[in-house]
Amino acid sequence: MTKVLIADDEPNIVVSLEFMMKREGYEVVVARDGTAALAAIRGERPDLVLLDAMMPGMTGFDVCAAVRADAELRGTTILMLTAKGRETDVARGVGVGADAYVTKPFSTRDLVRQVREMLG
Amino acid sequence: MTRGRLLALAGPGLALALWLGLGLAGLRLALPPAEGAAVDAAVRPLVSTHGALVLGWWATGAALGAWVGARLLAGWAGAAARMTDATRTMIGAGSAPDIIPDGAAPMRALAVAINGLAGRRRELNATIAQQVSVASARVAQQRDQLAALMAELRQSVVVCNLEGRILLYNDRAAALSRGMSRAPGASRGAELIGLGRSIHGLIDTGQITHALDTIERRLTGGESSASARFVTATAAGNLLRVVLAPVRSGAADGADDGAGALGGYVLLLDDITLEQEEQSRRDRLLLDLTEASRASIASVQAALDMLDYPDLEPTERDGFHKIVRDEVAAMANRLDRLAGEAAADSRARWPLQEMRGADLLAAAARRIEAETGRPAATEPDEADIWLNVDGFALIQALAFLAGRLAPATVRLRLAPAGGRAHLDVAWHGGETDVDGPRRWQSEPMGPGAALTVRDVVERHGGELWLEQDRAGGRPFFRFLLPLAEAEEPRERPESRPEYYDFDLFAASAESRALDDRPLAALACTVFDTETTGLDPAGGDEIIQIGALRVLNGKLLSGEAFDTLVDPRRDVPEAGTAIHGVTQAMVRGQPTIAEVLPAFHTFASDTVLVGHNVAFDLRFFALKEATTGVRFDQPLLDTLLLASLAWPNEGSHGLEVIAGRLGVVVAGRHTALGDARATAEVFLGLLPLLREHGIETFGQAREASRKSYYASLRY
Repeated sequence: MTKVLIADDEPNIVVSLEFMMKREGYEVVVARDGTAALAAIRGERPDLVLLDAMMPGMTGFDVCAAVRADAELRGTTILMLTAKGRETDVARGVGVGADAYVTKPFSTRDLVRQVREMLG
Repeated sequence: MTRGRLLALAGPGLALALWLGLGLAGLRLALPPAEGAAVDAAVRPLVSTHGALVLGWWATGAALGAWVGARLLAGWAGAAARMTDATRTMIGAGSAPDIIPDGAAPMRALAVAINGLAGRRRELNATIAQQVSVASARVAQQRDQLAALMAELRQSVVVCNLEGRILLYNDRAAALSRGMSRAPGASRGAELIGLGRSIHGLIDTGQITHALDTIERRLTGGESSASARFVTATAAGNLLRVVLAPVRSGAADGADDGAGALGGYVLLLDDITLEQEEQSRRDRLLLDLTEASRASIASVQAALDMLDYPDLEPTERDGFHKIVRDEVAAMANRLDRLAGEAAADSRARWPLQEMRGADLLAAAARRIEAETGRPAATEPDEADIWLNVDGFALIQALAFLAGRLAPATVRLRLAPAGGRAHLDVAWHGGETDVDGPRRWQSEPMGPGAALTVRDVVERHGGELWLEQDRAGGRPFFRFLLPLAEAEEPRERPESRPEYYDFDLFAASAESRALDDRPLAALACTVFDTETTGLDPAGGDEIIQIGALRVLNGKLLSGEAFDTLVDPRRDVPEAGTAIHGVTQAMVRGQPTIAEVLPAFHTFASDTVLVGHNVAFDLRFFALKEATTGVRFDQPLLDTLLLASLAWPNEGSHGLEVIAGRLGVVVAGRHTALGDARATAEVFLGLLPLLREHGIETFGQAREASRKSYYASLRY
């Protein structure tokens, strides 16, 4: 079963994302901050990570960079899903190795399609 | 009798005798011996009888020759010599009298011609002198106009020569440097911006050079005028926005140099530290709001999308609804908070300008009459109030109210109210009910304009209400408005402070060694200290330092260093009687460890001048370890200079020599008063020293070293 990690510190978005991903038939793991996210990536080996950029502790950018620096985890697909919408932020996200960068707010339908494509 | 005259008188007679003798001798020798003997025999008896006749004939001829010689000598040679002398005098002195025509007629004519030439020269000189004085008056007037203009400018202006020496600055620049100075006491800032000081104390040399290079490049590139802008951080951490414009010497400097050589530059300075902080704070707020909103909207949208699923459990449905409500409430809160901050911010930043109250009323009355067609009365403003207002918006608000009050006529009056002003709008006829007027305050002032009268008032940080006239019971609007801030309280010296010295344009300080510099062209810091006693080694301390600057032979009374020093010990009563400094006055003042470095900076790059300067320097030297500053500036001592000017006088006390020079010492025995007296004495000594052949700094130093007083040690 395909495993998706949702890493975000805002519960209100996590509820919806979790609900949606489960309905899509994925197994969902949730992390509430950057450190927990990295630990979950190591422990759970998700197929895809929905990663928020702004989290307490490690930021999403830090997590992404750490994953790309780790030979074992390097293959993890990362979709950064964040409110940081300046061009410089997007460039940074792609720079540290995100496979896709989606700025909040977003259409859930588009997001689901994108996740499906990335996993397919 | 001169040799020439003797020759002129005797010469012809002697020449005649020689000529006759030679002729007779030649004739006698030309004869054959026999005939010669016959002639001898025939003539010899005649010598005794007729010899006197021949001698008499010769004497007559000689006398005639002497007379002619004398006439020629007087009429030609003598007259020529006198005319030569007189002409030479004329060459030297333009005011020399005319030559008196003398001698032979041609010589007299020559004298008249020379007189004519001299007369023409005098006329020319007079014309030139007149033109010079007109031109210098014009230059002086232009300088004064420039100085007056600069004083009125709202922006900080500093003019420098190419070396970076300050030639001119205005009040605002002085205030700017006060704001940036870290020196203690009232003299703050004078160490940064002062005549003859280097601007590089404030702005990095490299940045100015770079700016000048840029301008040079643009000018060679064909631009007709260029200026450079840059932002620089000062040592004190302020951000300065600088506009640099070159000063070129004009055509007056020589037509061969068409472009005009770069002679210096003008700097316009703005302290943008606060502006910058404000700007970055606003950017931060905006960014935070954007990102927080994106997150909230994302949550709301996702939740709404989930609500679209038809097969939700009721608890799930309630959960998503709650998310939407929570996030919307959070967004509303966030916006309220931000709006509050932004409003405070915009009030603070609204560009209010100083405006004379009477001008505001007059302008408002004109606008009201133009809009309503009815004249508005204004009451004279007797207090001559200056307001700090956004004139345009305020006049718009007044006109709006007058328009609503029409057809009533409006009366405007202004009166001071504590630290603010009341601007009242009263009306006669028309509306007497207050409900309408109360509403108008919050109505948009025009179609498409959201601004209300109340908004305008709030921008001013003011208030607006409807008040009842006590006597007639009629309502009127009362605006509470801010007054213009009083000019920064500043001690106005009796004489206008010197903010410019164009002589620095000509001086190229660095090119000449200090030793060759005339005393009158030095940049000096003249200072004095007051102390608790006379024995620094025994624990006496400095309690006051006062200093003034002398530049190019002028005392700059506007650039003073004047501070009390907390000696961290008691001030003896005996001393207080002399210098008037009490224990209470020095307590809490900066300590010597703060003051000496500041004074060192103030005196940097100048010659230190003091009366009996060795005494003060001994105090400074003992503080070297604690303050870390060393006073190794070149020195001049007015005590030694006075002993050079008056070698035969016994006493050279400051008071005595001040009296001798006619210098009035005001504030004697305060450090600044004594420094002023010393400076005046120093300037008074300069012409006396010149008479003793002491003109340059090198000569003064050498002579001081050899003087008797210099051999005394403290």
